[in-house]
Amino acid sequence: MTAMTLSGKAAIAGIGATEFSKDSGRSELRLAAECTHAALADAGLAPSDVDGLVTFTMDSNAEIALARELGIGELTFFSRIGYGGGAAAATVQQAAMAVATGVADVVVAYRAFNERSGHRFGQVSAGAAQQVNTSGIDNSFHYPAGIATPAAMVAMLARRYLHDYGAGSEDFGRIAVIDRKHAATNPNAWFYGKPITLADHQASRWIAEPLRLLDCCQESDGGVALVITSAERARDLPHRPAIVAAAAQGSSPGQYVMTSYYRDELAALPELGVVGRQLWTQAGITPSDVDVAVLYDHFTPYVLLQLEELGFCGRGEAKDFIAGDTLELGGALPLNPHGGQLGEAYIHGMNGIAEAVRQLRGSAVNQVEDAQHVLVTAGTGVPTSGLVLARI
Amino acid sequence: MSSTTISDAAQRIVSQGDSAPRLARDPVNQPMVNNWVEAIGETNPVYNDPGFAARSVHGGLVAPPAMAQVWTMRGLHGQRADDDPLGAMTAVLDAEGFTSVVATDSEQTYHRYLRPGEHVAASARLESVVGPKQTALGEGWFVTTRTSWTVGEEVVAEMLFRVLKFRPPGEHRAPDADRARVVDAPEYAAGVLRPVISADTAFFWEGTSVGELRIQRWGETLRHPPGPVGTGGDLATTPDYVVARGTGTLYSYVVHHAPKVPGKRLPFVVALVELDEGVRVLGELIDVGPEDVYIGLAVSVVFLRIDDELTLPAWQVAQ
Repeated sequence: MTAMTLSGKAAIAGIGATEFSKDSGRSELRLAAECTHAALADAGLAPSDVDGLVTFTMDSNAEIALARELGIGELTFFSRIGYGGGAAAATVQQAAMAVATGVADVVVAYRAFNERSGHRFGQVSAGAAQQVNTSGIDNSFHYPAGIATPAAMVAMLARRYLHDYGAGSEDFGRIAVIDRKHAATNPNAWFYGKPITLADHQASRWIAEPLRLLDCCQESDGGVALVITSAERARDLPHRPAIVAAAAQGSSPGQYVMTSYYRDELAALPELGVVGRQLWTQAGITPSDVDVAVLYDHFTPYVLLQLEELGFCGRGEAKDFIAGDTLELGGALPLNPHGGQLGEAYIHGMNGIAEAVRQLRGSAVNQVEDAQHVLVTAGTGVPTSGLVLARI
Repeated sequence: MSSTTISDAAQRIVSQGDSAPRLARDPVNQPMVNNWVEAIGETNPVYNDPGFAARSVHGGLVAPPAMAQVWTMRGLHGQRADDDPLGAMTAVLDAEGFTSVVATDSEQTYHRYLRPGEHVAASARLESVVGPKQTALGEGWFVTTRTSWTVGEEVVAEMLFRVLKFRPPGEHRAPDADRARVVDAPEYAAGVLRPVISADTAFFWEGTSVGELRIQRWGETLRHPPGPVGTGGDLATTPDYVVARGTGTLYSYVVHHAPKVPGKRLPFVVALVELDEGVRVLGELIDVGPEDVYIGLAVSVVFLRIDDELTLPAWQVAQ
C-alpha cells in the first residue's frame, strides 16, 4: 500500500485574466466573471462543467454570485481561504483536494478586485484595526501604536533582518530591479517597457524605513482565475496540464497576520518553512530541482527571506545567493519571469500561479527553457501556502 | 503621592479664584432656543411665540433660564481653558489614580431671564475638594465648582456643580514614578485608531490609563500580547499581571513616512521594545529624530493620555 498523497492527482488546466490596470472601470464581480470565463475557455470547458469554486475570504465576490453570473449550475464544493495573500496557493490546494477526493470535478479558483481604484491595501485600514474578533484584538497592540500599513508591518522585520545579517537597502533593491527587468518585456505587465536601475531604487522615497517606494508592490485592479481538475481529465483538455506536484499551507507557533513580532527570532518566516518542508516531500524534489521560482513579492525583503526559509541558501545568505545572474531568465533560479507583483500586477499572488502554468506549457513571454518544476509561493508574513507545479 | 498632594493642589486652585470670563460662542438666539424647547418638550409659548411673549409679563421673547449652561458650552472640539479649575483638579486626581468620574449634584440659580441678542460669559472657581471618601463606586474625592454666568458685570445665573472622582475598583496604585509618566496628548486624538478590547486584554488598557505597563503572568511566565489561556494550553490556571519597570531596549523599529496614519504626525518612529522583563511591547518612540534611533537604544515607557477612554503606551529615550 502506498502512502496517501495529493501529489499528481490534480492539474491546472486553464488560466484566465482580465487586463491589469489602475482603474478597471467596472465592478469586481464583473472582473471575476471575465477572468473565470477566460480561464474556462482556455481549458476548453464551459461554465456548466464547473461544480466547485474557491477564493479568498478577502474576495468581495461570493461564489454564488459568480455562479449566477456565468450560468454555473449546481455547486458541490465551495471554499474560502483566510489571511490575505497567504491564500493564493491554498486556493489551488483546496481545489486539488476536492478533485482528488471526488468531491468536485472541475473547480475554479478566482480572485478579482479593484485594489487600486477601490479599497487600497496600502492605506491604513480602520476596518482591520477595529474588527470585533481575535484579529481586531491582535491588531489592538499594533495599529494604535502606528503599525497600521502592510509596508510598516514588514519594515519592522526588515530592519531586524538588516541588523542581524549585515544586509543593506541595495540588497532589497536587487529584487525590485530583476522583477522590473522581467516586467519590461511582458506586454501584460503594468510596467511593460519600464525597467529600473538600482540607482532608481536607491533614489525612491521612503515609505516605511527601511522600505522605499520601489520595495513595495503595486496596487492593481484586475482578476485571475485558474481551472483545476483531475490530472486524468486534464490530459484530454487542449493545453498541457500543469500538474499539482505539491500543495501546502503553513502556520507556525506565535503566528500573527504580518505582526509575528513576539517570536524569539523576528527576521524569519517559519510558517513558510512549514510550507517548504511539505512541498519538497510531496513533490519528491529538492530546491536544486526548481527551474523557475515565482516568489510572492509584495515587499522585496520577503523575497530574500523566502529564499532562505525554503532552503535555496542559508539564513542571512540570500544577499550573496542573488548576486550575479542567479535570478535572471538564464540563471540558476529564474525569479518571477512575468515581473512579479512589483512589475506585472498585484493580483494577490494569483497572477504568479498563472505564470507558473505558462512556464510549464512553454508559452510564457519570458520563457525559461525547458521548465519542468515551478515553485510558487503565496503571501508571506501571514499564514501562507505554496505550490510545486510540474510538467508531465 | 498622598491626600496631602491632593489637598495642597486643591488649596492652590481654590486660591486662584475665578477663571477669566469666557464669552459664549454665540449670543442668545432664537434658533438654539427653538431646538432646545423641542428637544426638552418645553411648550411654554413665551419662548418661541413673539405675539404671546409680547403680551406676557416679559413684554417680549425670553430664553429658558435652564439654558444658561447651553450658551457657553465649548462645542464638539472645544478645549478647556488653561485656567479652568475643574480641568486642573481633574488632572491632579487622574495622576493620583482617581481616573473615573461621575457627576453627583448640579444646583442652578437664575437671577433673571435672558433675552435674544444678549451675550453671556462664564467663569468658574473651585469651591472645595473633599476626601478621600469610601463610596459604593470606590475611593474618591468630591470636587465642587461654582460657575457664574454674566452679561457685562451683571451675574445672571450661577451653578454649583459637584463630581466624584474615584479610583475604579480593582485598580492597583502605581508607584509615584510610574504615574508621573502619564502625559496628556489630546493632539493624537483626531481619528486615532482605538484598540479593540476583550475580557482578556482589558487589564492592559486599564493599566495604561493609570500609568502602568501591565504584563500578563501565568505562574512564572510573562506573556505579551495577553490571552485567555496559559502556557501550553492549560485551562486550569488563571493569570495575574506584573507592572513592568517600563525600561528596555529597541529590538527593531520602523520610521513611518507614508501614507498618513490617523493620530500621527509624519514621519514617526514605532519601536518594538524588549523589556528588561524579557517580553516585547510595541509603541511609538517620541521626542527623538529618526537619525538618532538604533537597535539596542535604551528606552523607558511613557503613557500618552489621548482622552478619557484611551491611554497609549509609548517610548522615550531613557534618561
